[in-house]
Amino acid sequence: MKERVFRWLSRFPLHLVLIGAALVWLTPSVGLLVSSVRPYEAVIRTGWWTVLAHPFDFSQYTLQNYREILLTQGMAQAFRNSLLITIPSTIIPIGIAAFAAYAFAWMEFPGRQVIFAIVVGLLVVPLQMTLIPLLRAYNRLGLAGSYVGIWLAHTGYGLPFAVYLLRNFFGALPRDLFESAYLDGASELTAFFRLALPLSVPALASLAIFQFLWVWNDLLVALIYLGGTEEVAPLTLKLSSLINSLGQNWHLLTAAAFISMALPLVVFFSLQRYFVRGILAGSVKG
Amino acid sequence: MASVTYEHVTKRFGDVIAVNDLNIHIEDGEFLVFVGPSGCGKTTSLRLLAGLEEVTEGNIYIGDRLVNDVPPKDRDIAMVFQSYALYPHMSVYDNMAFGLRLRKVPKKEIDRRVREAARILGIEELLDRKPKQLSGGQRQRVAVGRAIVRDPAVFLMDEPLSNLDAKLRVQARAEISKLHQRLGTTFIYVTHDQVEAMTMGTRIAVLNAGVLQQLDTPQNLYDYPTNLFVAGFIGSPAMNFFDATLVERDGKVHIDTGDFIVPIPDDRQETYRPHLGKEVVFGIRPEDVHDPEYAPPGIKRAPIEAMVTVTELMGNEVIVHLETDRFEFLGRFDPRTSATVGTRMTAVFDMDRMHLFDKETEKAIR
Repeated sequence: MKERVFRWLSRFPLHLVLIGAALVWLTPSVGLLVSSVRPYEAVIRTGWWTVLAHPFDFSQYTLQNYREILLTQGMAQAFRNSLLITIPSTIIPIGIAAFAAYAFAWMEFPGRQVIFAIVVGLLVVPLQMTLIPLLRAYNRLGLAGSYVGIWLAHTGYGLPFAVYLLRNFFGALPRDLFESAYLDGASELTAFFRLALPLSVPALASLAIFQFLWVWNDLLVALIYLGGTEEVAPLTLKLSSLINSLGQNWHLLTAAAFISMALPLVVFFSLQRYFVRGILAGSVKG
Repeated sequence: MASVTYEHVTKRFGDVIAVNDLNIHIEDGEFLVFVGPSGCGKTTSLRLLAGLEEVTEGNIYIGDRLVNDVPPKDRDIAMVFQSYALYPHMSVYDNMAFGLRLRKVPKKEIDRRVREAARILGIEELLDRKPKQLSGGQRQRVAVGRAIVRDPAVFLMDEPLSNLDAKLRVQARAEISKLHQRLGTTFIYVTHDQVEAMTMGTRIAVLNAGVLQQLDTPQNLYDYPTNLFVAGFIGSPAMNFFDATLVERDGKVHIDTGDFIVPIPDDRQETYRPHLGKEVVFGIRPEDVHDPEYAPPGIKRAPIEAMVTVTELMGNEVIVHLETDRFEFLGRFDPRTSATVGTRMTAVFDMDRMHLFDKETEKAIR
């Protein structure tokens, strides 16, 4: 008993700092959420924190903002577009990277180290450098403004990091396992699908989160390669155009912003146990 | 079932020669042990046979088939790794069935073989568990089981017992020997532990620095080591060595170490006479150094005066550390010995059991 009190006390400063940091980080998001469910009149008259005076008075909340933004402002279409861009742009690069990383980690071929160094070296190339040449190539190939074009672009931008992370993860798997599989009669492909992939779920999951968030929140790449037309614009583009068209209508903007945040939150929370493990990948034995 | 032949096999890693001109013929059904200190090339020799490394020079045959360019999976071998290398995400059953499934063995046959192997190894109740839920000894059995179900022509084992505690190791040792008798398959076993080598092997190949030192039965290896390295490596505690010269006294060849002079038994006089005056290394195993009071009758005694520096009581014997002016050596004495630390005593050597090596070539003089 005494020990537990002591432990709690000795950790108290740490907890205080953590709680403080969490509050600072959460406040804007909570403000956004609260504002998005308040009616227009309330939003322009008082700050969102006024609801804290009587938080359980549900008459002050409304879902009208969401209804309006989704049905009349085309947020639903933008949400669909975002999914259409993000899901393939997450799966394709990770799929390619897994194959590449396996080859870099376990297959002998000439120039392996050099090629890997070049791939990792690409991490330092700012993607802005590629915008003009790539767009010109797309225009010639007819890929500009198409989903395929943006999938390929995101794949290219995501690959170096994905290959790097996965190669390190695959490389840390015990060699004996693969040798044992070869003796058992496994081909490289079998070893990849039956050993490397199942054992790398944490790394794959954390990579998927990274790539998903990056693509979901991307404005620049989508704007350049897709253009701003309504049929293809993702949430980020839609949101920035709403700021222009709705101006002072905060109640709608906050609802729109929260819609754009919702999916990343779901993805993060559903995969977060892998995420934490993935970040620690290889640092702790076991 | 197959014999294995290494024919002038050499393996280089860059400038390092891991295996140097290895020639061994292993009979079908034999239990051959590769033994040697770490870095001696024993594991590399095994991996060459498994196909996990490519030979630089020479040929390896399994049966009559040259396997130099045959991929590991087509060599009809199974291997137990030092780390066991169990697939961590698969159950014990799936671990054992993995290789059979890849070879498209019918499901019923797989089930029969896995259960049979599990029964032999006493791991039937573990089939649904994952490797991380098993103890070290259980994992080792699963690894062996995974090899058994494949019913290979040759079993390879790379220090499979080194991760077990001492007691379990003794038990597992006997189990592997039993398994060998039961299956009658060729076993090739790598270890750095000479006790494992002595107890399990039908023949032992002692390697050092990539070179085969001696290939023989455990008893011959122990009784007739061909060189200093084998003499020192096999046997625990290790053989005592004394730098010496062969001299003649009263018409007979004697060994003169500078600290003491001991006579060579009559039946070996003529063997050693041509080497008179030569610098040699005289070797005698600790169990052939006795307390004179308890020395077995009928041995050719040679008394040596020495100081007792340490005594280690093992229960059934006492390891006594002895010291002369220039040498330290060990004796395995009867536990009733009166040897006490800090006193001088006379120990006796059993000269019939002596070994003599050429100091320059390190080869046994015979």
